[in-house]
Amino acid sequence: MAMAEPAAIRTVSEVLNAGRPARAGVSRSYWAGVRRRLARDRVTIVCAAILFVILAAAIFAPYVTWADPYKTSMIRRLLPPGSPNHILGTDELGRDMFTRLVYGGRISLFTGFMPVFVATVIGGTLGVLAGYLGGRSNMLIMRVMDVFYAFPSVLLAVAISGALGAGLVNGLVAMSLVFIAPVARVSETVATQVRNEDFVEAARATGARTWRILIEHILPNVLGPILIYASSLISVAIVLASGLSFLGLGVSPPNADWGLMLNTLRQSIYVAPVNAILPGVMIFVTSMCFNLMSDGLRAAMDVR
Amino acid sequence: MLSYILRRIAYALPITLGVTIICFSLIHLAPGDPLSAVLPDNAGPDMREQIKIAYGFDKPLPVQYLLWLKNVATGDFGLSIQSRRPVVSEVLPAACNTAYLALAAVLIGFPFGILMGAVAGYTVGGWIDRAVTSVAVTGVSVPHYWLGMVLVVIFAVNLGALPAMGMGPGGQSSYAFDWAHLRHLVLPAITLAVIPAGIIARSVRATVADIRRRDFVGTLQAKGIGEGRVLYHVAKNAGPTILAVAGLQFAQLLGGSILVETVFSWPGTGFLLNTAIFTRDLPILQGTILVLSIFFVFINLVVDVLQTFLDPRIKRA
Repeated sequence: MAMAEPAAIRTVSEVLNAGRPARAGVSRSYWAGVRRRLARDRVTIVCAAILFVILAAAIFAPYVTWADPYKTSMIRRLLPPGSPNHILGTDELGRDMFTRLVYGGRISLFTGFMPVFVATVIGGTLGVLAGYLGGRSNMLIMRVMDVFYAFPSVLLAVAISGALGAGLVNGLVAMSLVFIAPVARVSETVATQVRNEDFVEAARATGARTWRILIEHILPNVLGPILIYASSLISVAIVLASGLSFLGLGVSPPNADWGLMLNTLRQSIYVAPVNAILPGVMIFVTSMCFNLMSDGLRAAMDVR
Repeated sequence: MLSYILRRIAYALPITLGVTIICFSLIHLAPGDPLSAVLPDNAGPDMREQIKIAYGFDKPLPVQYLLWLKNVATGDFGLSIQSRRPVVSEVLPAACNTAYLALAAVLIGFPFGILMGAVAGYTVGGWIDRAVTSVAVTGVSVPHYWLGMVLVVIFAVNLGALPAMGMGPGGQSSYAFDWAHLRHLVLPAITLAVIPAGIIARSVRATVADIRRRDFVGTLQAKGIGEGRVLYHVAKNAGPTILAVAGLQFAQLLGGSILVETVFSWPGTGFLLNTAIFTRDLPILQGTILVLSIFFVFINLVVDVLQTFLDPRIKRA
């Protein structure tokens, strides 16, 4: 769950220095090569397929399940997987596990994506600005980021959402704040490198305005590495978001969410260990697939 | 060297101040009046007034912050709302228990991760390398709180071999190095060690593979030096990087242990935080976060300084 910062920075610079055409915009052959390498990478394809199934099931949950995720039944509590009508058994209130796991993907995936998206937009903007502007602006932005970076990630998320109080929105705010600093750091590193390239110098010499240089020359060249780094955060975010729910800091019952299910089923671990462990399998598989996919993407974009 | 260390300490100071600002604002982040956040439920109006003045809530925020900072600097973190005891006397024992667990996890996870990574870095592309890489990715992706539950199911529920909860027999929390106590440490420490072991294995593999490709290794081998001596040179070059990654991971363990402690009812800071959140005991929340994050800053400082001792070429601003 911890972020592997040094490796990420190294890879970003590797990606950047990987013989890409150093011009605004990226040539078509580069992306064709990326696609070719991705198509050959079996692990990435399998992971993408698994994620696609999980995501599609979550979106179309009412169409792929046949039970009510909220309907409790006192006489059908903690049925083992493989029971009639309940292929994955039931939970501690007699609700169908399969249905709840499918529905749970909605919140769990959302809480994994959303903070990374918010943090990429905010942290990316701050980092690119700091990297391009340099000087005092850089100092100011990056020192503030350093302060946020001075907290262990899980601790900061728990602290903020603990102070704000339990709830979906508070959890999202807390996690977004956690990811802003690492994204800003990576963005700043990349932007600083690009800013010293000749074509940026040339654009400046022709009198292009700052915002124009940023959008037309800097952005296309920093976006790839930033997005690759962000994609590696999704796996972290899903585990962290479920962790917050597991602590009772996420959505409130009776909502279905993998972390929350893990939390409530934990009380039944001695009675129905398999049921208690199932939601974690979903978290694990999803996080693992995102991790491998991010690795595959990084390798495919890294021409070495 | 000395000037570098001094500069590094000077750099850590504003960070520490920033950390205290964030910890201070935690109480003001809480919904509603910050006063009601630190007030016990049964407080009468005179107690309300008394606490308002004691916490300085009648003064402007920057003044409040400075007053709070002054108290914190002298070791006064306020009182717990629940127990009415000083926050310090609750946080410090919990922090020791967390450090104890984290150290155990380090002793299990770090040698394992370094060994795995080094072997993989030596056999890049081979089946050992692929096996290690898969294990490492698994370790990095696994939700460790869930892994803890799985270990409980296997070793406590099914085998009955190891305890699932607490720090010692009968729920006591003393440090005794006999099996009756140490067996309580096994499952939580392994759970906590998995993620850092995975991350360290990955970084060590990349570092060792990178160094082995460098020219000087080829030169050493061409000179006919034994593989053992070559290994020594590779290790010496990989040292600073491994130290940096390991130091960061040790520090992250402090945060990661929140979830693991909850699973195993380990009486550390995570457990304390969890209780504090659900009883809305904000002074405890604030105190715990402050102690842990300052410790985090301190560890990062130590790692940076140690790194320059290992590799004097590193002279970062």
